[in-house]
Amino acid sequence: MNRTGPAVVAEDLRKRYGDTVALDGFDLTVPAGTVHGLLGPNGAGKTTAVRILTTLTRPDSGTARIAGYDVRRQAMEVRYRIGLVGQHAAVDEILTGRQNLVLFGRLQHLGAATAERRAEELLATFRLTEAAGRPVKEYSGGMRRRLDLAASLILAPPVLFLDEPTTGLDPRGRNEMWDAVRELADAGTTVLLTTQYLDEADQLAEHISVLDGGRVIADGTPDELKRRIGADRLDVVVHDTADLPAAAEVVRAVAGADAETEPDRRRVSVPVRDRMAALTELVRALDDAGIAAEDVALRRPTLDEVFLHLTKKEVHS
Amino acid sequence: MSTPTFVVPGTPRERLRWAVADGWMMTRRDLMHWANQPGLVVAGLLFPVMVMLMFGYLFGGAMSAPGGNYREFLVPGVLALSMVFGIEATFTAISTDVARGVTDRFRSLPMASSAVVVGRSAADLLNAVLTLAALVAAGLAIGWRWHGGLAAAFAAFGLLLLLRLAMLWMGIYLGLVLRSAESVMALQILVWPLGFLSNAFVPPGTMPGWLGTAVEWNPLSATVAATRELFGNPAWAGESWPAQYPLLTALLWPALFIAVFAPLSIRRYRRLSR
Repeated sequence: MNRTGPAVVAEDLRKRYGDTVALDGFDLTVPAGTVHGLLGPNGAGKTTAVRILTTLTRPDSGTARIAGYDVRRQAMEVRYRIGLVGQHAAVDEILTGRQNLVLFGRLQHLGAATAERRAEELLATFRLTEAAGRPVKEYSGGMRRRLDLAASLILAPPVLFLDEPTTGLDPRGRNEMWDAVRELADAGTTVLLTTQYLDEADQLAEHISVLDGGRVIADGTPDELKRRIGADRLDVVVHDTADLPAAAEVVRAVAGADAETEPDRRRVSVPVRDRMAALTELVRALDDAGIAAEDVALRRPTLDEVFLHLTKKEVHS
Repeated sequence: MSTPTFVVPGTPRERLRWAVADGWMMTRRDLMHWANQPGLVVAGLLFPVMVMLMFGYLFGGAMSAPGGNYREFLVPGVLALSMVFGIEATFTAISTDVARGVTDRFRSLPMASSAVVVGRSAADLLNAVLTLAALVAAGLAIGWRWHGGLAAAFAAFGLLLLLRLAMLWMGIYLGLVLRSAESVMALQILVWPLGFLSNAFVPPGTMPGWLGTAVEWNPLSATVAATRELFGNPAWAGESWPAQYPLLTALLWPALFIAVFAPLSIRRYRRLSR
């Protein structure tokens, strides 16, 4: 096995379902030991990409290798080295948590004693020891996800795929999942996770690929992506909603760019180039116009704004 | 944990060992289901017994069977019908796994791809044997006997299990196609008329001519007629081909179902990777 090479490589993957193009020349390289986020809206091709990389779906064309093994020709080798957490908790509802983990361990050809020992370890790691003897149908959503993740880690796979791992979880469950992913990454597991939530990618991933229309349209660290739309942003929160149009006009004049207005937050937001000059000038202009500002602040753009910016550009080009 | 050794089987012998080991694990999964839900297993066994008692005693008094004893006539009918009912269990198990993503988990594991089907077949056939045992015990209790010797009786049970195997493949196929466990309702609506449009409860000779002929061609009727013959239980004489050759028909119908639905199921299973 190639230990120094990238954990995941995809080259020009293509997949269509009838008239729908799911992947349209998908390229990806994930270095071993890193957390990589695949970010995109519904239908961008995230799940198709993960299904191909985990040997569940055959691509129409293109190649993909996991830890050096080809997903089509060496599927069994790949399966020994990956864990997959899909959008549903793919565990047996009738079996207990412990029975699930032993079953999946045995199906990966662990001996009975090893499978049982490994199950106990994982139950303890994911705080499921107490519930281990109860059927999974009595578990909460968060517990199911933890069991699902545990079931994906039985062979301590070097590469873990998480397909929208926090969909449908409450904030507490989501934080638990994030902590688990961070611990795995710290221990050296390569993680590829898909998400529609920008803060999730920002929180977990060292590197992000933005996916739209089955292709990667932007790539980089979260900071790089934020820098891609160039500027910091200047936010003005007005005291009175009625002042919003006037404030937007002032902001536009100062920044030389169209401002975005968010009425429910009483906020006007605009990208600026020269941070301090813009700030000073804006405060003065607002004062001249007689608009009472509650807050004026400079900030880095959020990934939401990055994403809208990138996909909008895609539509125009 | 100690690093496990990744052995991907290369020779046919090693592949067979994987297939057997993984198929057995999948069978054990179902046995664990039974152990976790003993109430459901018992209810599943009691239901056909209840049907037998209901027809034997509530309707039986008003029924006249060829050769006299209606309960002797009825038992082979319920035995075969219970094999047809089995399709619901197969269907539910397969479609639930597909819908919950459990099938995908199995497919992402380094295991023999035949294990899902092998485990399903072994567990369902084992359940069918238990069902037949419960029905035979209840049948003996209400006065049913076989008169044709032990070998003939075993041949009859063989035909019944063959019918269950045919239903198994059909259930696997439908489970993969419909992918929703709720569709079992639709299946029940189809299974019941199939049960009544047969010779299980009444002789086709008492029905309007065209309907009687259709009923004689029902695959279920073939197995019922054949088992009646093998058990030496009262039967009726029919004019149609299947009524003339019940044993042959009881082999041909299930064989045809398996020949159609086994390849279709395997194709459908492979298409999950599309």
